[in-house]
Amino acid sequence: MSDTPKVATVPRRTPRPFRSNPRPAVVRQSQRGWRFTPWLFLLVPLALLVTFTYIPVANMFWYSTTDWNGISKVKHSVGLDNYVEFFTRPELFRVFWVSAYYLAASVIQLALALYFATLLSFKTRLKNTFKGILYFPSLINGVAVSFIFLFFFQPGGTLDSVIGLFGVSQDSMPQWLGNPDIINFSLAGTSIWRYMGLNFVLFLGAIQSIPAGIYEAAELDGAGKWAQFRYIIAPGIKPIIGLSFILAISGSLAVFEIPFIMTDGANGSTTFVIQTIKTAFESNKVGLASAMAVVLLAIILIVTWVQRRLVPEEEVNLT
Amino acid sequence: MKKTLAATGKYSSLIIASLVTLVPLVVIVLTSLKTAQDYATSGPLDLPKHPTLQNFVTAFQDADMARAFLNTTIILVASVVGTIIIGTMTAYALDRFQFRFKKLVLSLFLLATLVPGVTTQVATFQVVNELGLYNTRLAPIALFMGTDIVSIYIFVQFMRSIPISLDEAATLDGANHFTIYRRVIFPLLKPAIATVIIIKGVAIYNEFYIPFLYMPSQDLGVISTSLFRFRGPMGTQWEILSAGALLVIIPTLIVFLALQKYIYNGLSAGATK
Repeated sequence: MSDTPKVATVPRRTPRPFRSNPRPAVVRQSQRGWRFTPWLFLLVPLALLVTFTYIPVANMFWYSTTDWNGISKVKHSVGLDNYVEFFTRPELFRVFWVSAYYLAASVIQLALALYFATLLSFKTRLKNTFKGILYFPSLINGVAVSFIFLFFFQPGGTLDSVIGLFGVSQDSMPQWLGNPDIINFSLAGTSIWRYMGLNFVLFLGAIQSIPAGIYEAAELDGAGKWAQFRYIIAPGIKPIIGLSFILAISGSLAVFEIPFIMTDGANGSTTFVIQTIKTAFESNKVGLASAMAVVLLAIILIVTWVQRRLVPEEEVNLT
Repeated sequence: MKKTLAATGKYSSLIIASLVTLVPLVVIVLTSLKTAQDYATSGPLDLPKHPTLQNFVTAFQDADMARAFLNTTIILVASVVGTIIIGTMTAYALDRFQFRFKKLVLSLFLLATLVPGVTTQVATFQVVNELGLYNTRLAPIALFMGTDIVSIYIFVQFMRSIPISLDEAATLDGANHFTIYRRVIFPLLKPAIATVIIIKGVAIYNEFYIPFLYMPSQDLGVISTSLFRFRGPMGTQWEILSAGALLVIIPTLIVFLALQKYIYNGLSAGATK
């Protein structure tokens, strides 16, 4: 979406001349390139990539087959016991159910984003104001968002007061964050508030990259707004919707910030990542936590692989 | 008739959505302006009776926000500069050279985009610890710099649009590869660099998990962790907590209003890659 205008700004001027005295022999050599030149440029980036991505991933697989507590000098191999423990202990495995709330919330979030993106792609008064308002929450610091919604959901807080405006008695209000049956709806709702704008701006950008002439032609042919959505907008932004949907699946498994800051995983709001972090750093079961992280990584890789199969890369590129 | 009905529906849904977005924020603003007594005796939707800015002063001092903003700035500047240097060097090597194992290096970087950072922290923690970076500002700086593949992507994509004839002309003028990178490629990458600054800047300013995990020391609090730790001592003094949250939100709002267009473009570039 953003690359096209930027490309146009690349100046075509010739670079300013460097020192005179070009030595032909040297020029020839450097044109072919010294064998190690690219490696000099890649030295630091590769070192960082290996140190902070590949070594941790490899270690994670290794830890997952041990009983390591994170501190002790010795690690005993326990085979696949950690994996068996994770899949057979219901209180560990139930984190997947919590993800289901966030997944459902993502579907609502994408639907809302699509609806508002379509609305604002037509001529609208105060278009940029609405766009800015809907988008701004996705820029707000997660801790600040959590504070806003702790206040929003607390007894006698914003939500209770707003509902009270419609004449509902304060005594009949549920405990939005205290009731285990409701808490995940409240937290997933917070997640919609926070991220809907991001999807909305992505969708709006995709819709606006469809040439305006197509709509004009359709209008001349007597197509209404619904027909324009059905036959022009929807097919035009199918790839980005597909991509967002896949990202929503891995995103709902990796939820961490909002439930961790707001409730610390209490009242049944523990997500996969909170459980993993607590297992590793509070219960000191690095082996078990690594096994959980491997499972999560595997699920995310499978989902991504499916995505690559369903949505070829070229189609996603909307620029 | 049908048209007015459609327009009514459209604008009412936009207004409802705006209210849902704004009410939680506005209530925080109202609360932050109330005195303690005023807060205790009024509902969340009531206007402050004696508006005061004292809560902002209290929050700024008690949450040690000055230090938090300093730490965030140090980490942000160092990480962003590092990311730009590393990203542009990688992109230059990968786009402008043919060498053995190039495919392998490329796939190492591509594969890393698929590994979500949150999942590997259990093991990354041990690496950071072994390197002696735990509880130093270098831990988040190294992680923000070293695990950012999206920026490399943006640079590689952008570099493809820079004509290779510029490199050749510079070579004929006697420039070596490092000079070409520094004098020709780097300046032309400016738009991509701007995009990366925005994406990284917002992400690092808002990052909670990495500083929380790697910098438990009070002195090393960044804005996220300082605000987070502020909740303990303040308990239910929501007029002060609201002011603290707003202190963190206001800089974001100012940057957003000033750079709206670039932020929309930049963040969508980052999200789809």
